[in-house]
Amino acid sequence: MSTATLDQAPAAEAPIQSFTVTFLIRRFDPDVDTEPRWQDFDVEMYATDRVLDALHKIKWEQDGSLTFRRSCAHGICGSDAMRINGRNRLACKTLIKDLDISKPIYVEAIKGLPLEKDLIVDMEPFFASFREVQPFLVANSTPEPGKERVQSVANRAIFDDTTKCILCAACTSSCPVFWTDGQYFGPAAIVNAHRFIFDSRDDNAQTRLDILNDKEGVWRCRTTFNCTEACPRGIEVTKAIAEVKQAIMRGKP
Amino acid sequence: MTAIEFPGEPRRRGSNLEKWGWIYMRASGVVLLVLIFGHLFMNLMVGDGIQAIDFGFVGGKWADPFWQWWDVLMLWLALIHGANGMRTLVNDYTNPGTVQKVLKGALFAAAAVLIILGTLVVFTFEPCPAGAPADLLPSFCAA
Repeated sequence: MSTATLDQAPAAEAPIQSFTVTFLIRRFDPDVDTEPRWQDFDVEMYATDRVLDALHKIKWEQDGSLTFRRSCAHGICGSDAMRINGRNRLACKTLIKDLDISKPIYVEAIKGLPLEKDLIVDMEPFFASFREVQPFLVANSTPEPGKERVQSVANRAIFDDTTKCILCAACTSSCPVFWTDGQYFGPAAIVNAHRFIFDSRDDNAQTRLDILNDKEGVWRCRTTFNCTEACPRGIEVTKAIAEVKQAIMRGKP
Repeated sequence: MTAIEFPGEPRRRGSNLEKWGWIYMRASGVVLLVLIFGHLFMNLMVGDGIQAIDFGFVGGKWADPFWQWWDVLMLWLALIHGANGMRTLVNDYTNPGTVQKVLKGALFAAAAVLIILGTLVVFTFEPCPAGAPADLLPSFCAA
């Protein structure tokens, strides 16, 4: 025996444990149903799987008619906001291990927007509010030829938090004020207004403050913090709304 | 594919009374904290405490302009604060329409009646009604 050899083959890696998870999904097919109904699915899942993986498994292996939006599947595009166990979250950022799988996991569409089919809502009212706050840079100054508009690190930091919004509507559709009549601008529109109101390169803050100083503007906010809790990007939404209120009272950003 | 039209001037839907409503709630809330706890302290804790409260005690307080104004201020601030809070609840839980108008009208009427009656009582209160037993009246009522 000159060379050392392995006496035994390496022990086979223990198989990763999987669990049977029950999902209760609120289905609605406008061609058949008059009312939404709850349907349950049993899915074999790993702890590191996401709710979105469960929806994929259901759609691909059990019921192809299940309808939901998703695009990037990595928490950036904001397509798959839904109400999971009563909380608004992104299905692609919610891991099975973070949910209590001893009970069924409830999945339904976000509230306050018209339900179109299964987990899909009509996002148009949400985007209409977004468009109304002029969510784009309006600058009257002209930068030096060949140069950008310079902004200090401190000036950038003022609105850093609200640049993170992905327009998933988790905040707006968690807001009890928005649920009632949907007239309120909603947290997301205010967040995106905040992003430009406090941008030192932008010259149109006054217009946006006037728009939000409306009957259905920031004053309808009840500071319930549902939006801050719902935001999958961790934006302090209620704080941003409060800063817009302060700016309106000051009359300038 | 057409570009989004540049939105011109913002829509101005009515005045921005909502802003003043919001500021009122904050400001009156702070003042009410002082007024209400001062009221509770004076009525329930100073001297004999709650046992001291009778017709004479109330009559004696309302003979003093300081307590008249204290109570009237508390009445106005609290009722408007409460009615405005109820109005926001109505806004949050009902859709625009007849029901909402009726509820808001009822709130306004209730607050207005209570404010007017309360103010009237505080300023026209007669602490020494004629023919009342002297032991029930404030001490300054000369027999």
